[in-house]
Amino acid sequence: MSIWENLGLVYALLGAAVAVFLAGAGSAIGVGIAGQAAAGVVTEDPSKFAKVLIMQLLPGTQGIYGLLVGFITLSKVGLLGGGAAALDPQTGLLILAACMPIGIVGLISGKYQGMTSAASIGIVAKKPDQFGKAMLFPAMVETYAILALLISILAVNAVQI
Amino acid sequence: MSEQYTYAVARIRALEVALFSNATIEQLIACSDYEQCLQFLAERGWGDSDTPAEAEAVLGREEEKIWEVVKDLHVDMEKFDVLSYPKLFHNLKAAVKDVCTGEESRHIFYDDVSIPGDAMLEIVREKDFGKLPQSMQHAAAEAYDTLLHTRDGQLCDVIIDRAALDAVYAAGREAKDKIIRDYAESTVAVADIKIAVRSQKTAKSLDFMMRAMAECESVNVTQLAKAALNGMDAIREYLKGTAYAEGADALSESPSAFERWCDNRIIQTISPQKYNAFTIGPVIAYVIARQNEIKTVRIILSGKLNDLPDDSIRERVREMYV
Repeated sequence: MSIWENLGLVYALLGAAVAVFLAGAGSAIGVGIAGQAAAGVVTEDPSKFAKVLIMQLLPGTQGIYGLLVGFITLSKVGLLGGGAAALDPQTGLLILAACMPIGIVGLISGKYQGMTSAASIGIVAKKPDQFGKAMLFPAMVETYAILALLISILAVNAVQI
Repeated sequence: MSEQYTYAVARIRALEVALFSNATIEQLIACSDYEQCLQFLAERGWGDSDTPAEAEAVLGREEEKIWEVVKDLHVDMEKFDVLSYPKLFHNLKAAVKDVCTGEESRHIFYDDVSIPGDAMLEIVREKDFGKLPQSMQHAAAEAYDTLLHTRDGQLCDVIIDRAALDAVYAAGREAKDKIIRDYAESTVAVADIKIAVRSQKTAKSLDFMMRAMAECESVNVTQLAKAALNGMDAIREYLKGTAYAEGADALSESPSAFERWCDNRIIQTISPQKYNAFTIGPVIAYVIARQNEIKTVRIILSGKLNDLPDDSIRERVREMYV
């Protein structure tokens, strides 16, 4: 089986990879940044562990969104149900384009949500009673990852195979 | 933007909770006597369980704790040069005086700096000034020769203090972090103003002032020194045209109000670091804030020990960082 005869499927797989890889990388960076801040606070005050852990996990959602789009894409091209669909290169490229929003937005928003979480962990360190307000700041960044997820899911489903 | 300091800043945020606020300082002033003040401090974790119940022992232990935390953060210690230079130059001054006058152990050395007392004494005794940082070498040799030939301790102090200010300013200029640049600028400018005020009171010459004052951007030392020659009103008039106009008001009020303004000005410089999450700024601000806190507590304890009225102590109390 030549790769050139299955270029459509290669493009579609690349789309799934982009969604999982970029969004996952964004989450890993974000959770890493927030984790450093969380470790700093817990070093001095272990009683705040639960609160800062929630803050650390907030940038982790982009990776899940990327994974979801990756699954939908694999399912769409028939790779999960056994028997891959015969895709022409044009359709494959359409699927790749559909996967881009969550990949790119996931990477950028994951990093910035991590930084916002780290700053909010500073609020929790000084004023633990303001936990609810502190959580809203990183949650705002999440909005744009959700919008990108929505567009990626709609676009992948809209491609006719 | 670097995330290099994320851990350090978050840890500092957790530690800032324990910093004394203006309200806590007010509670300390309200303590009836010196012993009650020490008990108040012990209840807030000052000193250790084995620290003697004496002001200097408790305050010394708190100063050590600051640097223990900083070392634990694994931050590049060069960033703290602007804060450690005054202590380092103090060690040089004490060593030069000890060696030249032959009265050893008369002066107190700081041991929490890169060249502690014993090492500094050894360097000065052997006149091996090449072992000192570059910014100290020339001043060390000049101060040593001056004291040896003239026996003028004040001139020796002026030479080393001026070199310390120049070193702080140079470290600030070389720093990439804004807080270090701002701190160095404020420190040198405030020191110049203090020199002008004291020189005016003791009728020092223009040459003396020009030798003691260090150049900086926010204060023109020539104009300040000339103003000092013309009296306190001229200093106030000059300051009104600079970024240190509030210092002119403090000068009008009282000498202790002016001293308090000098320290408050530094705290105002570092205050924006309370809202910074990713740079070295909050760590440096924490060190300065802790030193300011210890200084303020020392003023209160000393006031209580000497039975000063609360209002008199309050007049000398510095603004807190939190």
